[in-house]
Amino acid sequence: MATLKVPVSASDHRQGSAHAKVTLVEFGDYECPYCGLAYWVVKKLQQHFRDDLLFVFRNFPLTTAHPHAMAAAVTAEYAGSRGFFWEAHDELYENQDRLGPPLFRAIALKHGLSDEELYLAMQDGTYVPKIKSDFNGGVRSGVNGTPAFYIDGLRYDGAPEFTEMSQMIELSLVRG
Amino acid sequence: MHTSELDDAKEKNDDLVQGPLSAGTVAPDFTLYATPDQQLSLRELKGNPAILAFYPADWTSVCGDQLTLYNQLLPTFREYGATLLGISVDSAWCHQAFAKDRNFHFSLLADFEPKGAVARQYGAYEPHLGVCKRALFVIDKEGVIAWSYISPMAINPGADGILDALDALANSSQSTPT
Repeated sequence: MATLKVPVSASDHRQGSAHAKVTLVEFGDYECPYCGLAYWVVKKLQQHFRDDLLFVFRNFPLTTAHPHAMAAAVTAEYAGSRGFFWEAHDELYENQDRLGPPLFRAIALKHGLSDEELYLAMQDGTYVPKIKSDFNGGVRSGVNGTPAFYIDGLRYDGAPEFTEMSQMIELSLVRG
Repeated sequence: MHTSELDDAKEKNDDLVQGPLSAGTVAPDFTLYATPDQQLSLRELKGNPAILAFYPADWTSVCGDQLTLYNQLLPTFREYGATLLGISVDSAWCHQAFAKDRNFHFSLLADFEPKGAVARQYGAYEPHLGVCKRALFVIDKEGVIAWSYISPMAINPGADGILDALDALANSSQSTPT
């Protein structure tokens, strides 16, 4: 069974209680429509499990298939460097049908960030090493497409839908 | 026994091959169409590793597709000097349309006529469905299979096994006295 080869650490984008009993890691691509659907499933899981669930998002942009995936990931990472990662992450998925420079710029401006800095970050590839590092760790962990989920380090091979995922999380909770 | 009967018997025997050709086996050479008017032979790749990815059919499921992942990993494969080849029983024309649609930058070989002949040689043919199995082979620079794996038809095997095999090849070539 595929396992997460890069452990969750302080360099990850984490959402939820540090004392959570179960960790859910997603490898996602902002332009992947299946990730767009899974985004709402994760939200529901977070509401359901509350402090029992720690959610971690890692980048897995399939740029040869999705032309906006890298720029979207850079936008989230840039916002993250200024303390707005999850806001940008949510706005990207919630506006997936209009990914592109105007949306990226609007997200930066909405949080009082500089669209010029974002543009420079895109030009300079400032966040590309971090994004590639997420990607490579995913490939080594057996990520075979997006979205890919790991529940307490074990790849979840079912469909990204609430009932099945919550059952697997429950199992992990029971195991402690 | 006539030649045709021999061929039939061989075909039946090949279909019974359970697993893929295993590590240490010399990779059977083949020549297949990479485009409607260009052929590619495995022996042309000698001197560098090759990755053969047999897969059931063009135009199968979209997001998280195995070949999309491999397409994304082409720069990584290149770091090992490795060439990736996709192989299925679809025709060169079908491959051409599929590769263009998905923006693939590696060759898709047509194991089209005689259908599945190369896949059979590698133990990577699914006779009941008439398609290739989802089989991976990493071949070393001498043309010997270094690693092979068959994934269940519905499960995308990802690329971790390929990268581990390429790592092992790179490490062994470093430790080999020159």
